Amino acid sequence: MEYYLQLFISGLVVGSIYSLVALGFVIIYKATKVVNFAQGELVMVGAYVCFALTVQAHLPFLVAFFMTLAFSFILGIVIERLILRPMIGEPIISVIMVTIGLSSVLKSLVQLFWGTQIQVFPPVLPQEPVMIAGLPVAPVYLAAFALSVILFLIFSAFFKYSRLGISMRATAFDQQAAASMGIGIKNIFALSWCIAAMVSSIGGVILGNINGINAQLGHLGLKVFPAVILGGLDSLFGAALGGLIVGVLENVCDGAAKEFFGLGGFKDVAAFILLVVILMIKPYGLFGAREIERV
Amino acid sequence: MHGQCGLFFRTYAGEARIFPSRFLLVSMGLFGAVLCLAPLAMNNYLVSVLCLINIAVIGAVSLNLLTGFCGQISLGHGAFFGVGAYAAAYLASLGLPFLAVLPAAGLVTAAVGMFFGLPSLRLKGIYLAIATLAAQLILEYVFLHWDAVTGGSSGMAVDPPQVLGLAFDSDVKMFYLTLAVATLSVLCVRNIMRTRLGRAFVAIRDHHLSAEIVGVDLFAYKLRAFGISSFLAGAGGALWAYYTMYITPEQFGIGLSVSYLAMIIIGGLGSVLGGVFGAVFITVLPEFLNFVAQHAGALFTDISGALLAMKEGVFGLVLVLFLIFEPEGLAHRWRLVKAYWKLYPFAH
Repeated sequence: MEYYLQLFISGLVVGSIYSLVALGFVIIYKATKVVNFAQGELVMVGAYVCFALTVQAHLPFLVAFFMTLAFSFILGIVIERLILRPMIGEPIISVIMVTIGLSSVLKSLVQLFWGTQIQVFPPVLPQEPVMIAGLPVAPVYLAAFALSVILFLIFSAFFKYSRLGISMRATAFDQQAAASMGIGIKNIFALSWCIAAMVSSIGGVILGNINGINAQLGHLGLKVFPAVILGGLDSLFGAALGGLIVGVLENVCDGAAKEFFGLGGFKDVAAFILLVVILMIKPYGLFGAREIERV
Repeated sequence: MHGQCGLFFRTYAGEARIFPSRFLLVSMGLFGAVLCLAPLAMNNYLVSVLCLINIAVIGAVSLNLLTGFCGQISLGHGAFFGVGAYAAAYLASLGLPFLAVLPAAGLVTAAVGMFFGLPSLRLKGIYLAIATLAAQLILEYVFLHWDAVTGGSSGMAVDPPQVLGLAFDSDVKMFYLTLAVATLSVLCVRNIMRTRLGRAFVAIRDHHLSAEIVGVDLFAYKLRAFGISSFLAGAGGALWAYYTMYITPEQFGIGLSVSYLAMIIIGGLGSVLGGVFGAVFITVLPEFLNFVAQHAGALFTDISGALLAMKEGVFGLVLVLFLIFEPEGLAHRWRLVKAYWKLYPFAH
């Protein structure tokens, strides 16, 4: 039992990072209807930039962290302006492929600058585990979970109460109506990429603190798809919940598969089996808008 | 050069012919003859690149049937290709002859492809893309963990194919074999597009509701598209297994699916010729980069390693640039070139 509880807790932590990445994905999808296959690479770039600033440029962690956020903001603007804006109005497969192309470019840039070996962040938080319900939990896990919850609350409030957030929602709902009410659609598009890059880089920094970083970090982006499909492609709450569920599910299934069937690596595929099942049963997810036509 | 300026077909049969003019027939015949003689003038490396191109053509043309003509995005084509390769390797290890293995591998892959095409009943666009992405990852997992059939992570060895006692055990011989299968696949897809089936595919792609209204059974035709496309992909995969003689799960990763999609996008969606162009382009690109890296390495010693690391980046960059600046692909550029010569010296 304790084995599964441990799996559950580490699943929650990984899941909270999936939630962050999924949050970025949903923000882009909501505002621009672009499906971003480069979300995992944005995580990787954020992690490496923060790594370079702390370890290679010897800046204090907090300074490096905020500089990483600023960098991601600019990266978001550049990506949107150079790559996504020319794709407005193109068929869906072109938009998917342009983000896949972007992901290979980002991955090889990271490999060019930092190589492929695993790099380790210097510890920021204390190493001694905290006891929760009789189980030892590393503080960095707690921080990861707390940070995701805080960010989720901030974004919920931002979309609900701030002027900018409301105009982003308006754009998502009806671009033409929003434009005719004086909302700068292009700025909204750019802003959604900036926010997505920023939350992803936060996820990257947390992951770097837990496991270290390497050039395979981008694969994390694939886990976003089960998470957002489960939650609904255009629901922030769904993304957060979907990330947590996927994180827990894959950890627990992995443990169960190992214990009962002796199957290794089930982690990589559990979420995608879930994905197929959801798509067959409830394609708009738990909280998504039911706008898919039945074909 | 003869030919009227524009399309002036007077009969339906004339419009539906594979080779609309005798000039085209003759030039394609000449091209075929040059291809058949090419290995005589080439070293083994160049012939092996040609073999890779032939196999890529099969995969690209089959994906173009599914994605370009029928509008069903598939991110799992690389895994379907892998199913064909594993099916061929397994059947060959049972002692079946090549001529039986090739169609059998195609049939196995068609069954798998149609199973993963089932979601297309309810999904389209981005949801279907994600469902086929799931198919890709699930199949990869199966390749890696179904040790009894696939050999797991250590992979499987395949003997060179034998047809009627003749062993295809060199690059040159494999070139003729792959060329034959590639030509058959191209003709097969080209012919399907001239039939009722092909027009139904295009109707589904262009507007699924209108297609349904004029009597196209959406689900049946989508399943057929998945079936035919994965049959061809399976045959391509079988050839790949015979050609490389050793298959491992990582050969059929998501990168392969992406490069097939890149082929049809760079070549031109919804064009048989486009699939061929894209296959040539994407297969030659890494070889070209290797060549540049080697020669640049002779001049500046530290640049070649970086260039090799940049291979994937160059691939992504080419893809992005094509999508932004040439979204209709090489096939469209080829049509423009032909139109230019037809209309010369007038601009329009």
